[in-house]
Amino acid sequence: MIREGLLNTLLMLGLLAVPLIAQAMGEPFVITLATKVAILALAGVGLNVALGLGGMVSLGHAAFFGIGGYAMGILAAPVQAYEPLMTWPIEVPGTKSMPVIWAAAMAAGALAALAIGALSLRTAGVYFIMITLAFGQMLFYFAISWPAYGGEDGLSIYVRNGFPGLNTLDPIQFFALAFGLLALALLFAHLLARSRFGLALQGARQNPARVAALGIRPYTLRLTAFVISGAITALAGALFADLNRFVSPAMLSWQTSGEIMVFVILGGVGRLFGPVAGAALFILLEHWLGGVSDYWKLFLGLILLAIVLFARGGMIGALAGRQVAHD
Amino acid sequence: MSALLLIEQALNGLQYGVMLFVMAAGLTLVFGVMGLINLAHGSLYMVGAFACAAVAAATGSFWLGLAASLAAAAAAGALVELTVIRRLYARDHLDQVLATFALILVFSEGTRWLFGSFPLYLDIPAGLSGPVTLPGGLDYPLYRLVLIGIGLAIAGGLFWLIGHTRLGIRIRAGEADREMIAALGVDISRLYTAVFALGAALAGLAGALVGALQSVQVGMGEPVLILAFVVIVIGGIGSIKGAFVGALLVGMTDTLGRFLLPAAFGHIMDPSSATSVGAALASMLIYILMAGVLVVRPGGLYGRA
Repeated sequence: MIREGLLNTLLMLGLLAVPLIAQAMGEPFVITLATKVAILALAGVGLNVALGLGGMVSLGHAAFFGIGGYAMGILAAPVQAYEPLMTWPIEVPGTKSMPVIWAAAMAAGALAALAIGALSLRTAGVYFIMITLAFGQMLFYFAISWPAYGGEDGLSIYVRNGFPGLNTLDPIQFFALAFGLLALALLFAHLLARSRFGLALQGARQNPARVAALGIRPYTLRLTAFVISGAITALAGALFADLNRFVSPAMLSWQTSGEIMVFVILGGVGRLFGPVAGAALFILLEHWLGGVSDYWKLFLGLILLAIVLFARGGMIGALAGRQVAHD
Repeated sequence: MSALLLIEQALNGLQYGVMLFVMAAGLTLVFGVMGLINLAHGSLYMVGAFACAAVAAATGSFWLGLAASLAAAAAAGALVELTVIRRLYARDHLDQVLATFALILVFSEGTRWLFGSFPLYLDIPAGLSGPVTLPGGLDYPLYRLVLIGIGLAIAGGLFWLIGHTRLGIRIRAGEADREMIAALGVDISRLYTAVFALGAALAGLAGALVGALQSVQVGMGEPVLILAFVVIVIGGIGSIKGAFVGALLVGMTDTLGRFLLPAAFGHIMDPSSATSVGAALASMLIYILMAGVLVVRPGGLYGRA
């Protein structure tokens, strides 16, 4: 048994060390894999705010992930076509600047989460799961059938967007960006969980009636958490689209929602660093099992099944032992 | 647009709706009785379609294939219930979602392993192919009419089963109070397996019947599963009557929306953008319907919440 704090430190150091070693050995592909882990973990950190802290089982987080991706595509694609983003009522140019894209992605994700959350949080339990899933599908079908942004084919950008002072085309520098954002998000999630808001939110998960009796509306707490969660996941979506230089409706598909949830669970629900462990394990399995068999998802399914049935604390739970409060 | 075309589309909507009902009935029963959310229900739909296609290709008989689809889906359902699902009844919804998501991966990849990635084709039986002329001069495919008939018969059968048989009494009692009926001497785990297998068989049958209209391929179950979720959310989870009304509403809204919206937008904008705006809006219409129902009645039309 290892202490959880030590385990988390090892995890982050490992994620930092692997691309540095890969850089020294001239293996850019490994750096890209590590970047993917960092970005997917960021999406998981976003979901974990809703799922782990708030107890909201959202099966529609691909909506926010995809919205982030499309925010990148919609802002960056006009630049390479030498067209303005919009001409009416005022002419707005597109942008290739990552900070602007990130802000737009987070704002769009937050707005979508506000709309979806306001409706979905009227319900609870299994209704909430199904409704978030259905709203995710709604955006998925909209993206497929709306031709302006590529429809089923998606949007490609030729050159990765820029960040002031960095060369984002260099894999290790782009990794540093993704890793930095992941670390910031983890810090934010940590502070959030200990803030008055975070404590009230966890109270609302454990016993909504008591929180209501204390004069706090659980609905408002949950909606706020859902919006924060959507914004973080949208940021991850913008980075993911930038990593692939491509965004398509697949980012909005419900399998994506399921996979983001799998990262959280593989690592351990309610654990701050759970998504990092989960995303790393997922990508490792994808590459290790994917090399062994074309049907690697069959084995992923069996492993996931075993974890849910027999090892409920996920990876961090299995290694660090101590139970955390979640329900 | 002519009245005949509208009637044809309405019949398509009805056919779509009753098939959704057959799919959603099992889902809503399993949730109502066992309190379990089963994402793998779409996989059972796929199992039914593949069993039917494989047996029909081997024997040349669609009807044998249909029987095989019922048997295979019921067997797969019972097997899954005995090995996995049964451990999930006492768990929270999150564990249920994850475990059944894992089952989808296992089913989909297992099927791809067995049958390959290419779609299988399932032909409509010779006696049922081709159109019939309905009163009023409308030529309508006979097979789709038969689907409507089968769907309505299954709906009638289920209402009878739930309302008027001993099994139905037990199912309703299990929904109300599982400890009580266990104390009265009903073997609750056998009842659960039976309900799960019944739902699975219905899903498999729907897969086989619809598979003859579309192609039979891996991943065919998930879009239908999500529609079935929309259906039971609209109808109220656990209610067979709600599932029936919800399924018809969703089937009609989707089919008529895709048909009428592009035409309606054609009156106010040019044809090409009317087609794209109409199609985009039509694909979202059932979700808008669902959101609307939830705003008015958060527990669904016939729900208890």
